[in-house]
Amino acid sequence: MAHYLGIDVGSVSTNLIIMDESGEVEEAVYIRTQGQPIKAVQEGLRLLNSRGHGKWDIRGVGTTGSGRQLAAVIAGADIVKNEITAHAVAAQKEVPDVRTVIEIGGQDSKIIILRDGVVTDFAMNTVCAAGTGSFLDQQANRLGIPIEEFGSYALRSKNPVRIAGRCAVFAESDMIHKQQLGYKIEDIIRGLCQALVRNYLNNVGKGKEILPRVVFQGGVAANVGMKAAFEEALGMEVYVPKYHHVMGALGAALLARDAGVEKTKFRGFQASDIEFAADSFECQGCSNHCEVVNIKMEGKVIARWGDRCNKWKVIEDSGAA
Amino acid sequence: MRKVSYPYLGNATITFQKLMKALGNDVVLPKRPTEETLSLGTKYAPEFACLPFKIVLGTYIEALEAGADTLVSTGGVGPCRAGLYTTLHEKILKSLGYDFEMITLEPPGRHLRDLIASIKKLVSKKLSIADYFRIGRFVWKELQLLDKAEKLSHKIRPLEVKKGETTRTYKKCAELIAQAQSYRDLVEIEREIELLYEKIEKKDIDPIKIGIVGEIYVVIEPAANLEIEEMLGDLGVYAERSMFLASYTFYNAVMDLFRMPGERDVKKLASPYFKEMCGGHGRESVGNAILFAKRGFDGVIQLSPFTCIPEIVAKSILPKVCAEYGIGFLPVTLDEQTGKEGLRTRVEAFVDLLAAKRKKKKMNLGKGDVVYGTLSGY
Repeated sequence: MAHYLGIDVGSVSTNLIIMDESGEVEEAVYIRTQGQPIKAVQEGLRLLNSRGHGKWDIRGVGTTGSGRQLAAVIAGADIVKNEITAHAVAAQKEVPDVRTVIEIGGQDSKIIILRDGVVTDFAMNTVCAAGTGSFLDQQANRLGIPIEEFGSYALRSKNPVRIAGRCAVFAESDMIHKQQLGYKIEDIIRGLCQALVRNYLNNVGKGKEILPRVVFQGGVAANVGMKAAFEEALGMEVYVPKYHHVMGALGAALLARDAGVEKTKFRGFQASDIEFAADSFECQGCSNHCEVVNIKMEGKVIARWGDRCNKWKVIEDSGAA
Repeated sequence: MRKVSYPYLGNATITFQKLMKALGNDVVLPKRPTEETLSLGTKYAPEFACLPFKIVLGTYIEALEAGADTLVSTGGVGPCRAGLYTTLHEKILKSLGYDFEMITLEPPGRHLRDLIASIKKLVSKKLSIADYFRIGRFVWKELQLLDKAEKLSHKIRPLEVKKGETTRTYKKCAELIAQAQSYRDLVEIEREIELLYEKIEKKDIDPIKIGIVGEIYVVIEPAANLEIEEMLGDLGVYAERSMFLASYTFYNAVMDLFRMPGERDVKKLASPYFKEMCGGHGRESVGNAILFAKRGFDGVIQLSPFTCIPEIVAKSILPKVCAEYGIGFLPVTLDEQTGKEGLRTRVEAFVDLLAAKRKKKKMNLGKGDVVYGTLSGY
């Protein structure tokens, strides 16, 4: 049977999924990017390969996320898509009657509005990353609570404390202040969740008509405290899909399936053993001084980007994506 | 001899150089703004000044460092604070220790005497009436030609078969125009430009159409808007902006001289939503969005510098206007913090959205059917 590979390279996590023709997820891996997207993608491929033992016949590959171009070069992708479209496609697949998608990842938060199966509007955080995964991680760390339990602390609280949530830095100092005053940890955490939801709805969701069903996805959706805070603020049920943390990768795989690829550019799972490296140089061709990035495979340049004038775009054809 | 410099504004930079030379000045050609220009401007500008202010300030510093002793800029009338910017630029630069003269060209309608006095300062050799006529005719034609070459590039880029061919052709055209010395040269070049664009191999598709509205500097200068038009063209989109330099100069200087409201039709269209003038191009942004909708465009992108009040006012009105006319709307706010990748993600998603909408309209699908926004164009 034909299978499709979806890769989502984000700032915090790199996710890969294998999906069959009907759209069923067969395998999903979630790894930390840790600032090394090339390594993360290769590690993901290696993991998938060890779990699949070569039983998958990959017919198409899609990449998404902020590292989508890089991932596309490494794995050999047939389709490269922005994460907004990928998330919308995946949400629609999992919850066909979805009308609002709340997506919060490591550094990004976005809202996607769908009506009758078409994306009609979207917005992404622009000035602040308060409430995204990295910030919650950091707070859990500071309080000495495992991130997995962070949400359940919030659920235990009866009297949430009001936290200033407009900016991550101020939210943290306000939390510290409330701790010094002697408030209970669970009340502070619940207050923080409420503040972050307030911040999200005021900044990202501002002016958007939020109608049910609301789907909450991305890494932060695992946080039951955030889910509860959204339900409280919106006054409606918020649905967290099973594969909420790998929805971007699922969307990319779905897009690859529907792109009608005849022959995939997939390099095979062996791509995890190929040596990839990136280096950059400053072009002196004009006053722009563009920073041009070379992606090298076994020492040979296979892709290049960063130049504004496309002077460096053309590489001696080596079958690169 | 004066060593004149001025803000960089797309291709008009070259035309202005020729004009200044014809009037008998030496010119320090402003450089295309780079990251360094912006960091220079950001360093000395007030934090909440807008992006054009910072870019222009950086450009001035670079020009003064290169030996300019006269800076020429345009003024304006409120309530947009851009009218005060020249004065503020001058104060900042003088406090940094630069020695130069700032010459402000005010709009002729209200400050005709000031304008004439300013222009007189810039005329450094004896010219006859016939000379003025010749120079005027040449400059005007050149501006129009530059606009024409650019408009053609926007039209053809989404249709090109070989990626990058249009951009190359456009650069060639700009170079040809830059080399022109007389009106006759320009007439010949005009024909050549048309031929060059005709030669590009084109696909036969109906591309997604997006109109661009917003504040003039960030709309016109690609260095300020992260080359959004090229980005759209590469995605297979036909992008048309609401403002070009030649028509803008005509409406706001010539019409103003005769006390005629510039862009009257655009303002009239906006009036049900936007009665008062708020300075800048706020009202024009709304009016132009409606104009695009009426012409059958799929969506509108608004470009505005961060903290730009006229555009903020327009931004709060535009979603309603676009919803009423059934077209997509994407606001883009630009400042020195804006990254190109983030912008690309949003623009790509916006194009997907418009494509899905169009597809749905065509297929007339029922509820529950999924429409993905992938187009054949890219």
